[in-house]
Amino acid sequence: MPQTHASGQPYEDDAPEPAAAPAKAENTDALDSLLDEIDDSLQVNAEQFVRSFVQKGGQ
Amino acid sequence: MRIAGIETEYGIADPNNPQANPILMSSRLVEACRTWAGENTARWDYGGEDPLQDQRGHRRERAQAHPSMLTDEAEFDENVGAVSLRKRRGSWEDPAHLNAVLPNGSRFYVDHAHPEYSGPEVRAARDAVVWDTAGDAIALAALAQYRETEGLDLALYKNNVDGKGASYGTHENFLVRRDLDFDQLGRWLTPHLVTRQVLVGAGRVGLGQRGEGAGFQISQRADYMEAEVGLETTLRRPIINTRDEPHAERSRWRRLHVIIGDANCFEMATFLKIGTTALVLSAIEAEDERLDSLVLADAVPAVQTVSHDITLRAAIPLESGEQATALEVQRALLAICRDYAEDAADHTLLAHWERILDALSIDPFSAARDVEWVAKLALLGRLRERNATRHDDGSTELLEWSDARLAALDVQWSRLGDGWAAKLTAAGQVSRLTDDMEVAEAMKRAPRDTRAALRGRLIAARPDLVDAAGWSSVVIDRDTDHGNLEVIHLDDPHASTHPLIDALATQTL
Repeated sequence: MPQTHASGQPYEDDAPEPAAAPAKAENTDALDSLLDEIDDSLQVNAEQFVRSFVQKGGQ
Repeated sequence: MRIAGIETEYGIADPNNPQANPILMSSRLVEACRTWAGENTARWDYGGEDPLQDQRGHRRERAQAHPSMLTDEAEFDENVGAVSLRKRRGSWEDPAHLNAVLPNGSRFYVDHAHPEYSGPEVRAARDAVVWDTAGDAIALAALAQYRETEGLDLALYKNNVDGKGASYGTHENFLVRRDLDFDQLGRWLTPHLVTRQVLVGAGRVGLGQRGEGAGFQISQRADYMEAEVGLETTLRRPIINTRDEPHAERSRWRRLHVIIGDANCFEMATFLKIGTTALVLSAIEAEDERLDSLVLADAVPAVQTVSHDITLRAAIPLESGEQATALEVQRALLAICRDYAEDAADHTLLAHWERILDALSIDPFSAARDVEWVAKLALLGRLRERNATRHDDGSTELLEWSDARLAALDVQWSRLGDGWAAKLTAAGQVSRLTDDMEVAEAMKRAPRDTRAALRGRLIAARPDLVDAAGWSSVVIDRDTDHGNLEVIHLDDPHASTHPLIDALATQTL
């Protein structure tokens, strides 16, 4: 199964495409601004975040 | 639909202090919830709990029980040998077992080291979604109050794993007839619980209880299922849990306690989880022999086989000697369940069930608006592609599954309020079954067609009279009783009227 897929949704995001993106055309759907946000957020602290997310067992 | 209810244990963390004590934070969060609710809360009545009674008819000795199973312990009296529940208001409450029973009929409380929301009893799968979503909103309201009162930050996660070995549950409860043979029930329900993951799994980065293997799987909970049947919920977790606390007239009813499910951030997943399971239970109550052909040869490994197979093509061995994929078992169950639809709501459920099975069969990614694991996998795939390594020879290598960014996305997916699932929903990429107005209403009002209406109504109208409330009891403290407490027993979960409660709720102060 392919791990990526263009959303079947109509194009709703009128934010401009990132200028330097070498990505394919299908990357310009409504998810793009969310992915930008995720990318920015995770570049900084992903490893530390994952390491410190420790829970006690529950039911 | 039969009576059902959902319990959610949230992950809890102070973003600025990973070492912060989760029991203390949970306790302060419940206290904040009480503050948010104003006067309209009640303590919990532990009178109805019996965590050591087994559906198979025997009792576990207290001394042999794991301490985490003693959920009635807060008010268990060694000398009396029974549960003592008639403490007066104002008596000491253990902060580690703090409760708030709310006007929407729910219970928000500290369970082990997590805050938990147990939704009110409902009689429709869609209502289960409404009051589950309302629970998230209540948790967020409590969170806002916590930040203000404590001056500390806090984050809540609607997931089931920390990736280090710990798991915490999202349990479903269904009322089923007592006369049904429990072993038969387990045997016929297990194929559904094992294969419904493809519809309702929340998705997880990491394989194995500690995430020791790199990769993606369909379910959060699958790797923690270690037995077919059992009483435990915190260790050696079983697919079929036998805890026998009916919270209803014992001679007529069982409460089936399902612990295999994932916490879902997608409303459609919650809808299908409750609705499909309720219909399969109707087929079981009717002793539909077609269910026999779907019995699995070995259910525990099948849970992991289904969860670890994102191609949806893995064959599961059946007891009959045949084999079937999870989608094939789901198709067969859908066909059987068509005969047990009772109302328009059931037909809506069947239509969604079929539509989403079709989508998963043709192209799983076409189900991304409805199926949580698919949406999560799609987002992870996009992130892997964006951060792929591009070699000089033109080849590209996707971001490795072991990369911390993918594990972080997985956890942050479920963060209440500003998690990635919430943002995906806000971006219009996720099917919704509720609207915000309705959810806001359900934070304050109980379902009208179950006994939750009684509990909620009295706590909303006359909290001054309520000493404590439980699933099947409301304890009343009136001046006219000269110091005695009156326990009103609500043994019928279908009854939404009661002469005394109705009268008290309409009395003005």
